Amino acid sequence: MVKEEQELANRPDNTAFTQQRLPAWQPMLSAGIVIPGFVLIGLAFIGIGVALFVTSRSIQVLEFDYTGVDQNSPCFKCSDPKVLNCVCNLNFSIDSLFKGTVFFYYGLSNYYQNFRKYGVSKDDVQLSGDLTNFKTPSDTCSPYAYDSNNQPIVPCGSIANSMFNDAFKLYQIINGTNTLVPFDGKGIAWWTDYNIKYRNPSITPLKNAFNNTVKPIFWSKPAYELDTSDPANNGFINQNFLVWMRRAALPNFRKLYGRINEGDYAQGLPAGNYSLEIAYNYPVLSFDGRKKVVFSNVSWMGGKNEFLGIAYLVIGSMCVFMSIVMLIVYAKFKFPEEDGVPGH
Amino acid sequence: MTFITHMDLIIILYFSHFLHSFKPLQTNAIKTSKYNPFTFLPLNLFEQFQRIANAYFLFLLVLQVIPQISSLSWFTTVVPLVLVLTVTAAKDATDDIVSKCVLCTISPLRSEKWMDVQVGDIIRLENNQFVTADLLLLSSSEPLNLVYIETAELDGLVYFLFNVYNLKPAVRCEPPNNRLDRFTGTLTYAGQKYPLDNEKILLRGCTLRNTEWCFGLVLFAGPETKLMQNSGKTTFKRTSIDRLMNVLVLCIFGFLAFMCTILAIGNCFWEMNEGSQFMVFLPRQDGNNAAFSAFLTFWSYVIILNTVVPISLYVSVEIIRLGNSFYIDWDRKMYFSRYNTPAEARTTTLNEELGQIKYIFSDKTGTLTQNVMTFNKCSINGKSYGEIQKLEITKHTDTVDFSFNPLADPRFMFHDHALVEAVKLEDPEVHAFFRLLALCHTVMAEEKKEGELFYQAQSPDEGALVTAARNFGFVFRSRTPDSVSIVEMGEERSYELLAILDFNNVRKRMSIIVRSPEGKLCLYCKGADTIIYERLHQSCSKLMDVTTEHLNEFAGEGLRTLALAYKNLDEEYFNQWKQRHHEASTELDNQESKLDELYEEIEKDLLLLGATAIEDKLQDGVPQTIEQLSKANIKIWVLTGDKQETAENIGYSCNLLREEMNDVFIVSGNSPEDVRQELRSVKRLYHFSLDKRTLGKGVKLIADELVNGEYGLVINGHSLAYALEGSMELEFLRTACMCKAVICCRVTPLQKAQVVELVKKYKQAVTLAIGDGANDVSMIKAAHIGVGISGQEGMQAVLSSDYSFAQFRFLQRLLLVHGRWSYLRMCKFLRYFFYKNFTFTFVHFWYGFFCGFSAQTVYDEWFITLYNLVYTALPVLGMSLFDQDVNDVWSFQYPQLYIPGQLNLYFSKKAFFKCALHSCYSSMVLFFIPYAAMHNTVRDDGKDVADYQSFALLTQTCLLFAVTIQLGLEMSYWTAVNTFFVLGSLAMYFAVTFTMYSNGMFLILPSAFPFIGTARNSLNQPNMWLTILLTSILCVLPVVTYRFLFIQLCPTINDKVRMDLLPKQHLPPPPLRTRIRRTSSRRSGYAFSHAQGYGDLVTSGRFLRRPALSGSSGFANIGRTTTGFSPMGRSAGYSPTGRPQNAKVPDVEVTSLQMYRTVRDPAF
Repeated sequence: MVKEEQELANRPDNTAFTQQRLPAWQPMLSAGIVIPGFVLIGLAFIGIGVALFVTSRSIQVLEFDYTGVDQNSPCFKCSDPKVLNCVCNLNFSIDSLFKGTVFFYYGLSNYYQNFRKYGVSKDDVQLSGDLTNFKTPSDTCSPYAYDSNNQPIVPCGSIANSMFNDAFKLYQIINGTNTLVPFDGKGIAWWTDYNIKYRNPSITPLKNAFNNTVKPIFWSKPAYELDTSDPANNGFINQNFLVWMRRAALPNFRKLYGRINEGDYAQGLPAGNYSLEIAYNYPVLSFDGRKKVVFSNVSWMGGKNEFLGIAYLVIGSMCVFMSIVMLIVYAKFKFPEEDGVPGH
Repeated sequence: MTFITHMDLIIILYFSHFLHSFKPLQTNAIKTSKYNPFTFLPLNLFEQFQRIANAYFLFLLVLQVIPQISSLSWFTTVVPLVLVLTVTAAKDATDDIVSKCVLCTISPLRSEKWMDVQVGDIIRLENNQFVTADLLLLSSSEPLNLVYIETAELDGLVYFLFNVYNLKPAVRCEPPNNRLDRFTGTLTYAGQKYPLDNEKILLRGCTLRNTEWCFGLVLFAGPETKLMQNSGKTTFKRTSIDRLMNVLVLCIFGFLAFMCTILAIGNCFWEMNEGSQFMVFLPRQDGNNAAFSAFLTFWSYVIILNTVVPISLYVSVEIIRLGNSFYIDWDRKMYFSRYNTPAEARTTTLNEELGQIKYIFSDKTGTLTQNVMTFNKCSINGKSYGEIQKLEITKHTDTVDFSFNPLADPRFMFHDHALVEAVKLEDPEVHAFFRLLALCHTVMAEEKKEGELFYQAQSPDEGALVTAARNFGFVFRSRTPDSVSIVEMGEERSYELLAILDFNNVRKRMSIIVRSPEGKLCLYCKGADTIIYERLHQSCSKLMDVTTEHLNEFAGEGLRTLALAYKNLDEEYFNQWKQRHHEASTELDNQESKLDELYEEIEKDLLLLGATAIEDKLQDGVPQTIEQLSKANIKIWVLTGDKQETAENIGYSCNLLREEMNDVFIVSGNSPEDVRQELRSVKRLYHFSLDKRTLGKGVKLIADELVNGEYGLVINGHSLAYALEGSMELEFLRTACMCKAVICCRVTPLQKAQVVELVKKYKQAVTLAIGDGANDVSMIKAAHIGVGISGQEGMQAVLSSDYSFAQFRFLQRLLLVHGRWSYLRMCKFLRYFFYKNFTFTFVHFWYGFFCGFSAQTVYDEWFITLYNLVYTALPVLGMSLFDQDVNDVWSFQYPQLYIPGQLNLYFSKKAFFKCALHSCYSSMVLFFIPYAAMHNTVRDDGKDVADYQSFALLTQTCLLFAVTIQLGLEMSYWTAVNTFFVLGSLAMYFAVTFTMYSNGMFLILPSAFPFIGTARNSLNQPNMWLTILLTSILCVLPVVTYRFLFIQLCPTINDKVRMDLLPKQHLPPPPLRTRIRRTSSRRSGYAFSHAQGYGDLVTSGRFLRRPALSGSSGFANIGRTTTGFSPMGRSAGYSPTGRPQNAKVPDVEVTSLQMYRTVRDPAF
């Protein structure tokens, strides 16, 4: 016995793994799975598609281009970059209640926030409140790291420098008088951005942290004076700044400016005439860009986007259609049993 | 006689020191290891960076360091590169250690001894040992200092006697070379010079047989040995998939450059039209112009798009091959318990090629056959014995009891009791039959102890016949030059040996003339049936008919047959004949032809006794294996050193040649014209249109020609030499490829390699060579894949092989199971791998059009780093290690499943192109669906979600789902491991993503983890998940549809089998039945592996009786000694008495025998 064991010393182990006998599930694309599968997926997709489509249809959107390319457009006068501190009014009316909460967005087109060099042109360390990087901004910010006097720019980089600086005020015109419809600009940025990613240096007053630095070249006000009304909304955690810094994925994008959720307007914008007062500062015409404002409400699926609903419907129907085609093919060219496998 | 005494040994030692003192020494160790611990790191790194792929990634790394170009952080390349280099270095290190170990086990005995052997050493070899250096034979235990060796190169007997008294010896010899058939040198001692030639040399590669011991002087060791010089340069073998992959990688590089150029041009235009305006927000640095920006963009995109050729591809391929090699090592069904040898994959780089074999070149002896002859059947006086009634021969079948005969060989087995009965009943014909077998041969017997007989036969056939006679009560006991003693049914009788009419290849028969103790003169003759029949007396015509029937039956079963006949001689006539014979043999001219005439004269009017049938025992399962392999459309060529008849016979018995074949062509011309003529006539008979395609550098590719009917081709070695010449090789190849089976006999090792090279050159097919001996080494090295039969002695074939196992029948498992699976897995892997990386990369391409061609990546950099290494590595590896379309049993059941591999169906340029198109589609889905779904949309709380980071996360999640589902679709064998890998990788993705995007990570390194919060903020949105679902379904459904319709409309063999199996999957498969049909044959089953010359040897008087039993070590372990050694047929041309005995021989050219005569032997 011992001898026998020794003789078989080199015998490989008899395990399912070494002998490649692991139990396994061997699925096959058989008609019994594929055709019903297609039908089920098709029906499910049509169902989802209908839901999405209906939801999307129920979302109200009001959109105005105020770039001022057209001579008749109210902001035409401001589109000349030489005109400074230009204000224009955009008047519009709403026929029926624009259900709330209404969100107010500004939108830019042909604007490449996703350009690589633009995108890297910021200093995350500086923006997280590290004072060392106030004095020596990262190289990635170049050419907006230092001004011509070699003073460090805070916040540095292209993104911050190009921050959108048009300002909007909405009035409802009731019997000829303008009633301000307040925009709630708080909490429009991501919680993580506001609380973790962007931090002001823990120095009070905030202004002192910015000693020996200069504001970004295009900015009219330094970072610590962005919102004079609310001291907590200044520096790197200014909500509009945060929204801007979250750069868009595509060249056409919109960004949240404020919510209309106060007072009479909490239920939405009632029917009537409105006037939007625009402080027109941001030049886009030089690169053929467009600016717009958007009023929109949201649903469980977010903002209005009909694509998903339609796509689901189309694909669902195609699945059903293909299942029929496959059924026909299967019935007609059914894998011939008698042919079988050669030799059997 | 030379017994090495103590004194001798001292002299021998002196002798070897003497040699040491003037010769630079070559030790026997062969250095193959590349590294030592100190040089490992630099050498290995240097070597690794020589690989184009690694150099390319180094180049990428350099690009990434340039800030103007860098579009990705350095870690995206460094992490994979370091990982890859580490893994490869580890593998190289283990390979190196393993190759060192292999050397240690070369010799089954004391390994380090063989390695320490140096030139000039004198070594003692014992029976059954393997000669590991080229030796000058000094002396041996056998009479005449004969050494019996088994080898492929040197056949038969080698003997040399050499007296080492009072000498100051020196050997002068030729420089190391690769000629096996010659050796020149001189031995000087005692002032006399002795020439040394091939016959005094034992070459590395042979095995000592039936010789208790011998002493040899090491002339060449290690790499200088003839064998090593002859074994050809080991070339680095690569698989066809490797070569295809290299081409594809080049194409991919071209395509990469193409994509980058498009994007660079796009960037140029964008810069001119938009970028220059956009400068308000993004000023150009240093005032660069658009063209320069485009140039930089080109390189930036090279970095981003480099993932089309991911470095992990090469590592994964290596891992898969390694894994599949381990499966071969681990396979219990390829383990042979008798030798305790498992199969071994000695190379880990050729696995998938095993699934594509088109041609197998096989050795015969030791590979197809066991090299054991057994006396199986006979026909005596019109009665056939040995037939077994349709019962499988198992160990339990009733065997004949030979206990009545004390001298019987216990290992002999026979299954027909009728024959023993006939012997016991003293049937005169039966007695005459066995008497003939006991008398008419050239076997030598030795009896060490009373009753313990050992036969030393020159051919195993003869050994088998004499052993059979022995067991049936006609025991050949001993012989002297002029007598043969046999024990006939217990009674000792001595026959006077009057003449031996020796065997040769023309005569195909041998006869002896003896005088019985009663004084009767008798001629006994055995030989080829065709030859004997011509010389029979008319009176036996009836018996002839019956015997012919039996002979045909035997031949049909692939047995080797011999016809036996006898004749009583008239005393007067014989005396007269003997006189003439003596005259003829002393004549100087025409000696041979005169002798032949005399032989003709006396061997006539013979009386037929019967016929014998010897089985050249095939290894187990050989016919079944061959049938299976030929069903798998694999062509098998047998290349053997054996004689034509023997080879042909084996061809029949292992089902390679079949009776129902339309024709078996035999080419055996002796001149180029004859051979050309023969080849042409074959072609003219079956006129085929020839289709030539031109391949690459003007090498023509011979397409397979369609032939109706099955043909076989047998070609002789000397004809093959002409057929392989430049002008005729194409003709030969075409003819050979028309045939189902090709047998080349009497081929030299070089010719074996040439045949393989020929097929490799003109047929775009994968070849495999299988053999067991040193003569197969060249062929094994030449073929795409070399397989060595391991287990017994002689490891050369194994050492130079890529795979080794103990039995030929394991070949079908290696090819049909392991090979097929490896090929399938590798192809699936490559297809999927290219798909997943192309898809990954193309998304960047599409994004380029929407981000100002700025080389902005779509995904997070961490995702790019980890995609190939972590998120998708294990599932695809799991698939490539575990996948099987049908299990092994069904693979055997349907050998046709092997055919797609031969046709390269699973991975080819076309398949690759399809992959790329599929990726293109998927990438468009994966980019444009998220694009459209995210466009202008917001979260359900109104906040932005169309930002770059959310988009990146969405796209990469969609991508990962899509490729994972695609993998699930590819995978046909879901083990628990696979499922774990697939689900685990997805879970890993989410775990890693949430970790990377967590607050903690950001706080540690703000600049490395800028995606903080993205996962939390966007993956809680329902439309994100709806988008993911949509892209996944959209990527997968067309594939499912396409495959389903394809299976329905034009199913492949694979689909058919799987469909067929679907209902039977859980049933046990039917047992493998391969019926080997036998039909009666019209051909002669004659095949006798005998060589000329031994008749003279046994009668010459130079045959020495073994000295009385010496106290030598136990020599009982002889096994089947009588049949166990086989000088192969190639020795047929060699005759110990090739020279006229009284011819004057010039001193320099003394043959070994004459050499013997010049030395006065003290023993006599």
